[in-house]
Amino acid sequence: MKGMTIIVKEVTTLVIGFILLYSINLILTGHLTPGGGFVGGVMLACGFILMVLSYGKEKVNSLISDRSTTVWDCSGAFAFLVIALLGYFAGDFFANFFAQPGNFRLFSGGTIPLANIAIGIKVGACMAGAFIALTLFRGPAESFPGGKL
Amino acid sequence: MNLQTLPFLLAMIVVAVGLYAVVCKKNLIKIIVGIIILDYGANLFLMLTGYRENGLAPIRTANMNADNFLNSSVDPVPQALILTSIVIGLGTVALMTALAIRIYEKYETFDISEIKQLKG
Amino acid sequence: MAILIVLSLFVILAAIVAVEAKDLLSTVISIGAAGLMLSVIFLMLGAPDLAITQVVVEVLCLVLLIRTAILREDTTFEARRDRFIVAAGLVGAGLLVAVAYAALQAMVGFGNPLMAADPESLTLANQYLNHGLEKTGAANYVMAVLLDFRAYDTLGEATVIFCSIIGVYAVIRKVGKTTT
Repeated sequence: MKGMTIIVKEVTTLVIGFILLYSINLILTGHLTPGGGFVGGVMLACGFILMVLSYGKEKVNSLISDRSTTVWDCSGAFAFLVIALLGYFAGDFFANFFAQPGNFRLFSGGTIPLANIAIGIKVGACMAGAFIALTLFRGPAESFPGGKL
Repeated sequence: MNLQTLPFLLAMIVVAVGLYAVVCKKNLIKIIVGIIILDYGANLFLMLTGYRENGLAPIRTANMNADNFLNSSVDPVPQALILTSIVIGLGTVALMTALAIRIYEKYETFDISEIKQLKG
Repeated sequence: MAILIVLSLFVILAAIVAVEAKDLLSTVISIGAAGLMLSVIFLMLGAPDLAITQVVVEVLCLVLLIRTAILREDTTFEARRDRFIVAAGLVGAGLLVAVAYAALQAMVGFGNPLMAADPESLTLANQYLNHGLEKTGAANYVMAVLLDFRAYDTLGEATVIFCSIIGVYAVIRKVGKTTT
């Protein structure tokens, strides 16, 4: 897997920042506008997949490997569970225990933005890890009839 | 033909097409595609049940009349259920794709009628 | 309503093309078209969250399926498929549609859900819509339902995705396997 031509690499360099910024925007303002953790996470994974496809797997191996995606995946799931367990301070599992100063603002959702961040990290790492596993882990049958990726 | 139930019937036809693909096709990729179509049909049917005539999206903004919103918003519960369903569908597609790749590596075909020796 | 029916017919057409196409590339591209039309339907039905999610998930699904399907040599076999199986499948699908048509006659019509009759009633949707903003502070009611009222669903969903990805790793990786 060598990566693509110079045009694809340059366009990816220009575009990838906007894709990641938009996905972070979707995750953070999920409780005010359409968006949320799921779609933001999948879009984050799409950005990483674009990087893997255009640059080749050797160049991005320090940034996204199967090990790092597994670690991010587990930490996202663990953060979501911790947010759920912290609700016991207010008396219940998944209780919305933060103060909510007013509506229609970034910090008005209580635990919902925090849970969105955790879900976004989890889903993004999951999908990027699935793609990397399907792409990078090649078996002994490396020479498929036309299987040169 | 009752026009008010026609969209539900079209969603059920999508489900039937997916079911036909799962039962009758012999290519593994076609079977995966059939399961995706089943997913689409179920999501579409569930979404249609919550719709209200001339409904608004269930998202409030600051300068919106509360009573007007309550009288014209669509149902948010099926949307939440479908949102989890779509992402779970993506996870199952990834798992089925991995299985298909391994089956191809072992038998060098996607034809399920050729995969008969179930030995390890 | 008419636009909705036309878009649904397009989804059905794309699904049939995806099922019956000879080439696997046509199959994968047709399923992409069906998903795109489905996202337009979601946007029309007042669900922008679902429309965004459907588009993004569709792109990722397409990448995975092309990764699987296109790089492999397709040894096709549809010429010698069994006619009895096809007939049985068609009869079963037709039976499903017929039973659905009979059952749908008892349903309330499209565009008039149960919550619409009385906004002050005690149905689930009306309770969420009445008290969602002051109880959670989230202006997007879908997120309020997903992450506050019904957060157990989301926890279970996270578990399911986690298990599926663990399954992908376990199926794909070669470490620890000695037979060749």
